[in-house]
Amino acid sequence: MQTLVTILVFAPIIAAAIAGLFGRRIGNVASQSVTTGALILACGLSWYTFSQWTWGHMEAFTVHLLPFISIGDFQANWSIRIDALSATMLIVVTTVSALVHIYSWGYMAEDDSKPRFFAYLSLFTFAMLSLVTAADFMQLFFGWEGVGLASYLLIGFWFKKPSASAAAIKAFVVNRVGDFGFALGIMTTFWAFGTIQFAELFPMIASHAGKTWAFAGHVWPLMDIACFLLFIGAMGKSAQFFLHTWLPDAMEGPTPVSALIHAATMVTAGVYMLCLLSPMFEYAPVAKNIVTVIGAVTALFAATVGLTQNDIKRVIAYSTCSQLGYMFFAAGVGAYQAAMFHLFTHAFFKALLFLGAGSVIHGMHHEQDMRKYGNLAGYMKVTFAAMTIGTIAITGLGLPPLHLGFAGFYSKDTIIEAAFAAGGHNAIAMFAWVIGVLVAGLTSFYSWRLAFFTFNGKARWGHDDHHAHGDHAHDAHGAAHETHDEPLADDHAHAHDDHGHGHDHKPHESPLVMLFPLVALSIGAIFAGFVFTDFFVGHHQQEFWRGAIFNAPTNHVLHEAHEVAEWVKWSPLIASIIGLLIAIYVYLIKGNERLGLKLAERKGPLYVFFYNKWFFDELYDATFVRFAKFLGDLFWKGGDQKIIDGLGPDGVSAVSYEVGKRTGKLQSGYLYHYAFVMLLGVAGLLTFALYAFR
Amino acid sequence: MIGLPHYLVVAAILFTIGVFGIFVNRKNIIVILMSIELILLAVNVNLVAFSAFLHDVAGQIFAMFVLTVAAAEAAVGLAILVTFFRNRGDIAVDDASMMKG
Repeated sequence: MQTLVTILVFAPIIAAAIAGLFGRRIGNVASQSVTTGALILACGLSWYTFSQWTWGHMEAFTVHLLPFISIGDFQANWSIRIDALSATMLIVVTTVSALVHIYSWGYMAEDDSKPRFFAYLSLFTFAMLSLVTAADFMQLFFGWEGVGLASYLLIGFWFKKPSASAAAIKAFVVNRVGDFGFALGIMTTFWAFGTIQFAELFPMIASHAGKTWAFAGHVWPLMDIACFLLFIGAMGKSAQFFLHTWLPDAMEGPTPVSALIHAATMVTAGVYMLCLLSPMFEYAPVAKNIVTVIGAVTALFAATVGLTQNDIKRVIAYSTCSQLGYMFFAAGVGAYQAAMFHLFTHAFFKALLFLGAGSVIHGMHHEQDMRKYGNLAGYMKVTFAAMTIGTIAITGLGLPPLHLGFAGFYSKDTIIEAAFAAGGHNAIAMFAWVIGVLVAGLTSFYSWRLAFFTFNGKARWGHDDHHAHGDHAHDAHGAAHETHDEPLADDHAHAHDDHGHGHDHKPHESPLVMLFPLVALSIGAIFAGFVFTDFFVGHHQQEFWRGAIFNAPTNHVLHEAHEVAEWVKWSPLIASIIGLLIAIYVYLIKGNERLGLKLAERKGPLYVFFYNKWFFDELYDATFVRFAKFLGDLFWKGGDQKIIDGLGPDGVSAVSYEVGKRTGKLQSGYLYHYAFVMLLGVAGLLTFALYAFR
Repeated sequence: MIGLPHYLVVAAILFTIGVFGIFVNRKNIIVILMSIELILLAVNVNLVAFSAFLHDVAGQIFAMFVLTVAAAEAAVGLAILVTFFRNRGDIAVDDASMMKG
C-alpha cells in the first residue's frame, strides 16, 4: 500500500518532467500520452485507496519519505499521509485531473504548445497531491505554493494575450496576500505548540485551548489568532470575499484549466485545510464565526454577481465562488463533514459544467458571450444533456421525502440544515442559514439562466456573422481577436481564427474525446451524492472519517442537522424551484425572450452594482493598486533610479566621462602644444627649485 | 676678455631660438628636429663653459654624451619623418595631429 501511494503521488511529476523537459524532442502525442497515462494510473490507484478505506479495512497511515527542514525543534518532513480526508481528496483531484487531461486532447488540439500545457497540468496535479497528503504544515505550504505556481502558469498559458498575463499576475499577487496570513498562522502555531506535525499537534490542542497572548495592551485568545491567520490563507486560495477578485479573471486560462484548478480542486484547498485543521478550529469559536460570516457573504456576493454576467465562463466562476462560500460556512458552523461532502460532489458537477461550457465554446468557435448563443440544444445533444445534468446537480433538485436526488441535493441541503441546526444557539449560523436558502434560489436562477440562454430560445448566432466577429472585442475576449487580420501572427488567437473560418459558422458537437469526460462526470454528478451521503454525513460517518475530522464534545451539529423540522428540509428545494420558475418565465417562455435583455438594458442601480461585481475591482484599484503603484514608482524612479543609480554606477560613470571629455580637449595632437606644456613644466620646476633649494 | 657670461648669453640665445623654432614653425617637421638640435647645442655650450670655468672635466664628458644621443635622436627622428612622409605625402606640422584626444 505504501508503495502504491508513493507511485500515485509521484507519477504526475515524473510525467510532467518528461513532457516539460523533453516535450519538443518526443513530440506532441508522446507527451500527451505520458501525462494522461500517468494521471489515469494515479486515478486508478486513488480509487483503489479510497475503496480500501471505505469498504476495506485499511487504517490511516503515513509514509515518511525524506526529512525536509530540521532546525532545532522545527522538524518538517516529506511524507504521504493517508486518511479519510486525503483519500477523499485523492479521488477528487486525480479523477477530475485525469478527465481534464483526456478532454484536453480535444480542446487543445489546435494549440501549438501542447507538451507545455500537459506538463503544467501534471505539475499542478503533483502539487495538489502533495498538498492533500501533507503530514505537517511545511509540506502543506509547499503544495499550497506549488498549486499557486501551476495556477499562475496555466492562467497565463496564452501569454501573448495581455489580458491573460495580467490575470495570471493578479491571481498570483492576490494569493500572496492570503499566503502571508497562512505563513503567519503556521508561525503562530509553531510558536505556541513547538511543532508543525499534525500528528503531534492535534492531541496537544485540547489542553492548550484557553491559552492567551498579551499583545498591544490586549489579551488575545491564541487559538483564535492562529486559526484566523490560517483562514486568511484559505480565503486567498479559495477566493473568499475580499480576496475573491482573482478567480473570475482566472477564466482567461484555457477552459480545461478552469475546470480542474479554478473549480474542482485548487480552490477547494482552503476548505480542505479547514477540515483538516478541525481540531484547531473547534477550539477557536471567534475564528469559526468569522469563517461563517465570510463564507455566507461570499455565497451571497458571488451569486448576485453571477446573475448578471454574460460571459459563460464567468457565470460558472462566480458560481464556484458562491459554492465555496457554502463550504466555508458549513465548516464555520462545525459541519466539516458536510463541507467535505459538498467539496466532493461540487468537484463533479462543477467540473462537468466547466467542461460542458468548454465544449460549447469549442463548438461556437471560441465565442464566450452567452448573448451570442441560443438554441444550441439540437446542435450539441450530448453537451446539452451533460450541462442539464450539471445544472440539476448544482441547483440541488431532489425529493426530500424519498431522500433521492442529484449530487448537490444531498450536500447542499446538509449544509443548509446544519446551519439551521447550529442557528439554534448561534445567531451567526442562523444568518448563514438565511443566506444559504436565499443563495439556493439565486444559484438556481443563474444556473438555469445559463442553460436556457445557451441551449434554448432563439438562435442569436449565425444570422450576422460578420457583425459577430466585429463585435467580439468585449472585455474578456478582446485581445484574442486583435491579430485577426494579420496573416503572419503565429499565436494561438490566430490558430483559433483559422479554426473559426475553416468551417461554416454553424455550431458543431465536440469530438468524442471531449464528450467522454462529460459523460463520466455526469455519472458522478448524478450518483456521487446518493452513493456517498451515508459515508460522508449519514449514519456511517463515524466509521468513514475515523477521527480525521474532529468535532468538539459539544458539537452535535451534524446529528442535529438530520433532525431539523420538515419545512427546513424543504426550504432549499423550494427556493431552487422558485429560481427555476423565474428563469423559465424570463428566458424560456416564448414572447418573453427579450425580457431579460430589457431588464439588463434598463441598467437599474442594483443591476449596475451586481454587473460591476460590487465595484470591488474599482475599490481595490483606487486603494491598493494605485497606492502600490505610487509607492513602487516612488521607490523605482525616486529611490532606485535617482538616488542609488544616480550616485552609484551612473554617477561614477558620468563623472569619469565628463572628466575624460574635458581633459581630452587638452590632447590637441599638435606637437607645439605639447612642447609648450613641457616648457611650462620646466619653467615651473625651475622656479620651484630656485625657491626650494636656495 | 671673453668670460663665462658671454658663453651663457650665447647659449641662452641659442636655446631661445630653438624653443621659438618649435613654437612658431607651422610648416615643417624638419625645422622642429633642427630646433631640438639647437636646444641641445645650447645645453652643450653651457656644459662646456661651466666645465672650463670650474675646472671639472665631467661637464665635457657630458657634452660628448649629449652629442652622441643627439646624433642618434636625429637619425631616429629623420627615419620616422621619412616614413611619415611616405604615408601622408607631406610633413606640415598642422596636419600631424592624429594623436588628438
